[in-house]
Amino acid sequence: MFRFSSIKDYHNALLNGQTTCVETVHYYVSQIKTAAHLNAYIEVFEQDAIARATELDNARKQNGMQGKLHGVVVGLKDVICYKGKTLTASSKILAGFTSLFNATVVDKLLAEGAIIIGRQNCDEFAMGSSNENSAYGPVLNHADNTRVPGGSSGGSAVAVQADLCMISLGSDTGGSVRQPADFCGIVGLKPTYGRISRYGLIAYASSFDQIGIFATNTEDVAIALEVISGADEFDSTVSNQPAPVCDFTEETGKKYKLAYFKEALEHPGLDPEIKAATEAFIKTLTAAGHDVQAVDFELLDYIIPTYYILTTAEASSNLSRYDGVKYGHRSSKPYEDLADFYKNNRSEGFGDEVKRRIMLGTFVLSAGYYDAYYTKAQRVRNMLRRKTQVVFNQFDAIISPTVPSPAFKISEKSNDPIEMYLADIYTVFANLVGIPGISLPLFKHSTGMPFGMQVMTSEMNEVPLLRLSKRLMQMAGLE
Amino acid sequence: MDYSEKYEVVIGLEVHAQLATESKLFCGDATSFGAAPNTHISPITMGHPGTLPKTNKKAVAYAIKMGMACNCEIEKENYFARKNYFYPDLPKGYQVSQHTTPICKGGYVTIKTAAGARNVQLNRIHLEEDAGKSIHDINPDFTCLDYNRAGVPLIEIVTEPDLFSADEAYQYVTEVRKLVRWIGVCDGNMEEGSLRCDANVSIRLKGETKLGTKVEVKNLNSIRNVKKAIEFEIQRMIALVESGGKVQQQTRSFDASDDTTFAIREKEEANDYRYFAEPDLSPFSLSDELLNDIKNSMPTLPAALLQQYIAEYGLNEYDATQLCLEKETADYFSSLVSHTSNYKAAANWMNGPLRQYMNEHKLSFDSFALAPEKLAGLLKLVEEGQLNFSIASSRILPVMIETGKDAATIATELNLLQVSDSNELETWVNGVIEKMPDKVAEYKKGKKGLIGLFVGEVKKVSKGKADPKLVTSLLEEKLK
Repeated sequence: MFRFSSIKDYHNALLNGQTTCVETVHYYVSQIKTAAHLNAYIEVFEQDAIARATELDNARKQNGMQGKLHGVVVGLKDVICYKGKTLTASSKILAGFTSLFNATVVDKLLAEGAIIIGRQNCDEFAMGSSNENSAYGPVLNHADNTRVPGGSSGGSAVAVQADLCMISLGSDTGGSVRQPADFCGIVGLKPTYGRISRYGLIAYASSFDQIGIFATNTEDVAIALEVISGADEFDSTVSNQPAPVCDFTEETGKKYKLAYFKEALEHPGLDPEIKAATEAFIKTLTAAGHDVQAVDFELLDYIIPTYYILTTAEASSNLSRYDGVKYGHRSSKPYEDLADFYKNNRSEGFGDEVKRRIMLGTFVLSAGYYDAYYTKAQRVRNMLRRKTQVVFNQFDAIISPTVPSPAFKISEKSNDPIEMYLADIYTVFANLVGIPGISLPLFKHSTGMPFGMQVMTSEMNEVPLLRLSKRLMQMAGLE
Repeated sequence: MDYSEKYEVVIGLEVHAQLATESKLFCGDATSFGAAPNTHISPITMGHPGTLPKTNKKAVAYAIKMGMACNCEIEKENYFARKNYFYPDLPKGYQVSQHTTPICKGGYVTIKTAAGARNVQLNRIHLEEDAGKSIHDINPDFTCLDYNRAGVPLIEIVTEPDLFSADEAYQYVTEVRKLVRWIGVCDGNMEEGSLRCDANVSIRLKGETKLGTKVEVKNLNSIRNVKKAIEFEIQRMIALVESGGKVQQQTRSFDASDDTTFAIREKEEANDYRYFAEPDLSPFSLSDELLNDIKNSMPTLPAALLQQYIAEYGLNEYDATQLCLEKETADYFSSLVSHTSNYKAAANWMNGPLRQYMNEHKLSFDSFALAPEKLAGLLKLVEEGQLNFSIASSRILPVMIETGKDAATIATELNLLQVSDSNELETWVNGVIEKMPDKVAEYKKGKKGLIGLFVGEVKKVSKGKADPKLVTSLLEEKLK
């Protein structure tokens, strides 16, 4: 029976004739059906996937492998455009909307032979840390069905965790890939801002959003990253640098200089077990000859407010287009005037968390409050960037817990948005300053839940990040 | 009663010019006017989820061109900003515009006034995308939306409150339209909406330094309407103040059917556009190289060309001005004078017979087929005395334009070349002398002015073909 471990092994199995793409797709379709209670998928493209697998099998027999992701079964968070397919961002306001084009990442996946198996549940418009804010209902953590998978890319994380696809693409605006990866015990990468084209990614906060990758191991992350990165004429904020190609055989003996933020490990909200595990791992690293040092980071308490001011400001504008005029949900309620019409459509179409963030963002951009909030937050963001630069002048990477607690119970935090927002305290930093971050599933909690460690490098340094990540995974006996 | 001694009028104008690029400001959709509704609407224009803008470099270059034509300072570090508001014809719920860093700052446009030329100070020129069109009068129950125009690049040219009469406003818009057409960044067609104007009008007592409460008048779709609307507003405001009322800050619309304005928004609504830097577009810097390239691609502007025509070609101001009304006319003239050195004649021909013919036949220089060198050929024949001016303009020129043949060919075919053959001339001259013995006697007695009569008579007999100079000298000789 087919069992997935890595793309490399899968490709060997295909070449050896031990499996086929069609057989693999059938396997995943049945897996998804069996795990339907997890609610990871909103829609499965069963027929399309089988048809494509058939084509790929035939093509392989005649001409060999059709690309770096030949037959690799990929799931897409429901914020990534796939031509001819429904696209909803898990929101009622986009119910029935069909995308007319492929996201650049989808074109790149398909060009390298990937099979797209379905679209995955998430928090509405990627806003949330628990995947409880979805018009399609919550996603359950496969390790403990009473717990959340994290968010906002919860469905995409669970799909990899529960073997419902090989890799998933999610999006990460403040931790939406790394945090669910942490909660689900898998690898989750958020690349540098601008590393991957955002064309075809539904915007939450444009200057923070980045498509991220979920996989079971670092090598698969590297292959996917290589495929989907690079310049794109449809996104003027994407970097023109060539896609990162990661050779894991280089620098195997390198001794790293690693920093951690003292305030991060001393934060009162940090779970003691996570703190202890992180500190123990730091000792292991030091013992292995790496130089790990504490660095002052007095701005820690500012990053959550800064993040929520700036992201909600951008979101309030990005979500203005969902007005019921051109597409999407239109209320059947009678209306007096244009303002009424908008209010009906948007009040019915958006969920509470999205409304909360639109209101917050509108507020911080309002005349009279603009400078106190938006302008000030921009200044903090610039300070953070400068501070980060200084750290990376001396260190190869920064390490920290990914999330201050392990996966919490469903409904545990859904009535306290502030506490929910604090779950992002370690992840939003990378989005604020634009650097790549990865969550590695190194640890296990006494609750039985996995949890991870986050590693961040400076801008565009995904290759060193992935090499270091593999070393850390190996040290933990995982790869 | 004339209140012009008591009140001063202060006007600021905002002119929106649609840039004549082939594609929209942030996507590849066509900008052409008059297409069937909603046919130039890609997912990007419609603001579909996942779409992103991409700046049209040509639009940026056009905005810079206009800035250079208006003597503006060009901002080298630019970014776009989002202007947030809800309206059905605004697909994204925000307009991508510029806020604190307009691409062109300051500058001026020179207008002619009764008191001479004056520079109207500009505040800024900025780049932005147009909205779609809401059409309210097709169906009584619905508003129809056409998004073809959404995303078309616009420049907004904003003056300081530096215009002081309806006439000045008229001159200013005329000049702006001439400039945008001259440098080719906008077709200047107000009826189709490629050039739109809003006027901010206020009055104050003479000597007052503070600006009065302003009224914004929208929907001015011709230069005439700009003038009429402002004239109406001035009268309305003065009457209001004279009768003890106060001008209210309002937005008004112009009704061209009776040249009046009416309020559309009683009080300026407290619009909070929540501007912020457009995060989907990176800030962009303009290099010196780019600015130099654009500068070098600029045509000579009408004011400079006018001076050049006066200085280099010895034209008078009127003739030069006429030639500089449109770039196509000036281009034709510049080409014409490269084939003839008789500049004055060239100007006379263009402002005279050629313009008359073109007016009568509704032609314009941008689609005029007669090659300047052919016209120069006609001028040469006249200059050399082989054709007289009236025959050349009334009989040769129309045939040249219609057939494209050269002047000499037509003149020969129609047998219109002046005769300088002395035998034939002598026959005509002798005939006239024989026919008019009385006048000849008077002439011989000293009434030398009669020579003109004889020459005229020879012209008549020869049907205009006799070269008048030769005829004159021949007559003088014979009548000694």
